[in-house]
Amino acid sequence: MSSALRVAALAIAAAASQSAARAAGAAPADTRASVDQAALHRQECGACHTAFAPRLLPPASWNALMNDLPHHFGTDASVEPATRRTLTSWLVSQGSAGRARPENDRITRSGWFRSEHSELPAGVWSRPSIKSPSNCGACHARADSGAFNEHDVRIPR
Amino acid sequence: MTTGTPKSRSPAAALLAVVLGSACAGAAAATPRDLLADYSARASGSADPARGRAFFTTAHGRDWACASCHGPTPVSDGRHAATGKAIRPLAPSADPARFTDRDKVEKWFRRNCADVVGRACTDAEKADVLAWLITLNR
Repeated sequence: MSSALRVAALAIAAAASQSAARAAGAAPADTRASVDQAALHRQECGACHTAFAPRLLPPASWNALMNDLPHHFGTDASVEPATRRTLTSWLVSQGSAGRARPENDRITRSGWFRSEHSELPAGVWSRPSIKSPSNCGACHARADSGAFNEHDVRIPR
Repeated sequence: MTTGTPKSRSPAAALLAVVLGSACAGAAAATPRDLLADYSARASGSADPARGRAFFTTAHGRDWACASCHGPTPVSDGRHAATGKAIRPLAPSADPARFTDRDKVEKWFRRNCADVVGRACTDAEKADVLAWLITLNR
């Protein structure tokens, strides 16, 4: 299935579930649409790195990143135009509006990121099992779902 | 996706079934050998697995080779050279979902050739690499 068709199918699936939800008097449809966009996000962005939760960056950072995917931190991360539009509006709408834009729009340069990880001894990031501060999943097993509860942290040796 | 009988389907669900059905039956679905045949035909020459292996495992004037992320013999998991994210094996023998979706294959050739070679790969290069990957057994 082409990416454009996949996006169209997701939109139609969301619409179908909305009408079903309305008929059953269930929760508003935004929830389902959001789930489908999260799945697209995991598929497209999560192929190369953690599917970083939208709240980890402010909307301005998401806009900047999504507008320059062919030059994405040294790699070509371009996607189909329809996919880019869908993901951009979802990321921007769910970004943390109150947060300052970090240097280079890197999550790992955010003040809150540095302070949350300030207890880590030097050298942890460079362990082969971790490799990079952006490899959230190395220590946060549920990072792809946006879950970063401190009690779930397991730092590999 | 729809679990009800045809009688109980809503119009939206019926439309969804039609759209998904036609999309899945569209030109994107293929086998690795279909794709190899297409690339070879467009390259108007026969694919060479040895050439494909050399192309895959050597750098092309830039930092990365294909093997930097996929491993020198991609029958097991690779690892993204920058992020550390695990990458499922590329050889069809190790992951039957590989090279079965034309759009997905083209998307990744487009991105990765830009990173590794600094330009689009030719049909001949794609055919060579795929011909080699098809020969690999896990």
